[in-house]
Amino acid sequence: MAAEHPSQDSTGKVPLWRQPTFRAIVFQVLLVLCLLAFGNFLLSNTLQNMEQRGITTGFGFLDNAAGFGILQSLIPYDETYTYGRTFVVGLLNTLLVAALGIFFATFLGFFIGIARLSHNWLVARLATVYIETFRNIPLLLQIMFWYFAVLRPLPLPRQSLSVGDSVFLNNRGLFLPRPIVEDGFGLVVAALLVAIIGAVLLTRWARRRQEASGQQFPAGLSGFVLIIGLPLLTYWVSGSPLHWDYPVLGGFNFRGGLEVIPELAALVLALSIYTAAFIAEAVRSGIQSVSHGQTEAAYALGLRPRVTLKLVIIPQAMRVIIPQLTSQYLNLTKNSSLATAIGYPDLVNVFAGTTLNQTGQAVEVIAMTMGVYLLISLVISLFMNWYNKRNQLVER
Amino acid sequence: MTTHVAHPDLPPPSTSIGAIAWLRANLFSSWLNSLLTLGSVYLLYLTIPPLISWALINADWVGTSREACESGGACWVFVGVRMNQFMYGLYPETEYWRINLAAVLLVVLMTPLFIKRFPWKRWLVPFVLFGYPVIAFVLFSGGVLGLEYVETSRWGGLTLTLILSSVGMAASLPLGIVLALGRRSHMPIVKSLSVVFIEFWRGVPLITVLFMSSVMLPLFLPEGTHFDKLLRAMIGIALFQSAYMAEVVRSGLQAIPKGQYEAAQALGLSYWQSMGLIILPQALKLVIPGIVNTFIALFKDTTLVLIIGLFDMLAMIQAALADPNWLGYAVEGLTFAALVYWVFCFSMSRYSLALERKLHTGHAR
Repeated sequence: MAAEHPSQDSTGKVPLWRQPTFRAIVFQVLLVLCLLAFGNFLLSNTLQNMEQRGITTGFGFLDNAAGFGILQSLIPYDETYTYGRTFVVGLLNTLLVAALGIFFATFLGFFIGIARLSHNWLVARLATVYIETFRNIPLLLQIMFWYFAVLRPLPLPRQSLSVGDSVFLNNRGLFLPRPIVEDGFGLVVAALLVAIIGAVLLTRWARRRQEASGQQFPAGLSGFVLIIGLPLLTYWVSGSPLHWDYPVLGGFNFRGGLEVIPELAALVLALSIYTAAFIAEAVRSGIQSVSHGQTEAAYALGLRPRVTLKLVIIPQAMRVIIPQLTSQYLNLTKNSSLATAIGYPDLVNVFAGTTLNQTGQAVEVIAMTMGVYLLISLVISLFMNWYNKRNQLVER
Repeated sequence: MTTHVAHPDLPPPSTSIGAIAWLRANLFSSWLNSLLTLGSVYLLYLTIPPLISWALINADWVGTSREACESGGACWVFVGVRMNQFMYGLYPETEYWRINLAAVLLVVLMTPLFIKRFPWKRWLVPFVLFGYPVIAFVLFSGGVLGLEYVETSRWGGLTLTLILSSVGMAASLPLGIVLALGRRSHMPIVKSLSVVFIEFWRGVPLITVLFMSSVMLPLFLPEGTHFDKLLRAMIGIALFQSAYMAEVVRSGLQAIPKGQYEAAQALGLSYWQSMGLIILPQALKLVIPGIVNTFIALFKDTTLVLIIGLFDMLAMIQAALADPNWLGYAVEGLTFAALVYWVFCFSMSRYSLALERKLHTGHAR
């Protein structure tokens, strides 16, 4: 005779309040009710407070004239444009700094990460010192260092540091020659596109041929030659449809050329140096995650070191590196909001700063700003899920 | 009959032992490596000697005004003169002893925790976590026991940095654990709420969170509620970091084999018992490096409060740089700040390595 289970009553049934499903439902209903009550409390307070302070609601303010200037804008902008336009200007500036930062951080990060694994003792130590230094100092401090301690104290435009009379660096920023595109330049761009498509097709064909016959074809090298060579050839044939506009010193500052304001330079420097330290660690962990047996097996099969690296190590390491890399890209994009500390006109500075102060519509402005960043992270994480699914280790 | 007598062993070739062998193996193993070594040495030659002469040899250490700085090297006088503000912010000078006392008390309370065989740990830990913050708050804020009242807007410097980060750490770990458990819960509403909460905070930059807490929290609360600026920043930081903490803890929970969950259930343990006694102790041990990394990120992120007008150490340094008597010493001020932050972050990461090694009870490879 089995002893009666303590949670069963005399009829042998489990009472309702001891059933996991019932308890889960009750708990969740209570949770939702609490949250609704809390949300209602916040909402009613907010509405009441806004009414008392005379804050208007809604997105109508986006059509009002902004009436303030912005230091740097990628699209035409002056005081007469609307608040909606300030949002776009800020957003573009954020994307610009993020794109530049990602570009430089990737190169620097891969370089340092590989150096960290070098067999050369000194090189590996230097890379370690770089990583341990820059990732343990707050990013905001690094941005301020580049801006206040390095770029601000540079000489005046008249005493600029210059490289070959075409690149100038002074406390007003960095001045580079600006490429001016002429009529025939479209052809060069078209040639570049054709070359890229050709290189991709070539790589595919080479892989298929190798899988079918084992014969190898130097697809990487020939693709590289194609991508560099074809546009250059077109450029030369179409009569060099490009000239450079050099910055010239006039009055108190340089005119012409491409101006990089010091705020942008400091931000890109700090973001890429800081993020590169993290990318380097990602690269190192990715390469180290490939077990040494893989290398030995490849050598045993007679693959040469270079081929082993290309066909065995890198594909497996990338599976570990890419997710970490994308999360670093995301961090870099979010960290670019620190621009506001040195006055670079990014989304947070222009929109959640000046526009918010002028209109007072905190809820709408903050919601729009957060929405942008949320959207970016959502898109990137969707991409990540797709990538992970595609590159999952297929185990048998 | 002649016996075979072995010759004494010859010493190994001089190029395969000692310093020369090490150099050949590690610095000059191929022409490329030799080139890299020479390049690195040149790089070091270009940077290190000028740095040492600027920071140490040619630097000015003693004095009270900028006239003391004329040797051309670093002007540490600037940092020395401002040191009290960097450490204590705008706290009244006569009351510094209260901060010092709190710091000494913390050290005295914490030291036994690092002694392996200290007997009263089970009483000390709750006291450090719950009793000490009350004592520290009373000391910092005053207003009772005859202590002068110091409002939070005058707290600042390294003190504020440490207060913000320790409160953030103490709040974000438990919150993160709850969120991680919620995300792995079988209850659909709890799970989706946790996912939304975590992904929301992870998707936005901390600055917007701080902006939100400084402009929107006052709107959320009933008319006339006074909400301290420092407290708002703390709430923002704690919520933000708890989302990151939740993901770290979740990765630990996922690493625990299913058998552990099933064994706990088979023993008749309730959900909270099995989590608290079986799963979490193992999961948290696994993710110590991740937790410490989150703590380091939190510590670095406290610098952002300067943007909403709190005076942490970096903000005090920035304020000092704008002092008309000391213009042009940005490098010294920011280098000092970088050094302080670096020491804290680096020692945290080393401590986590040591802890990881100590708690590694599995099979060492």
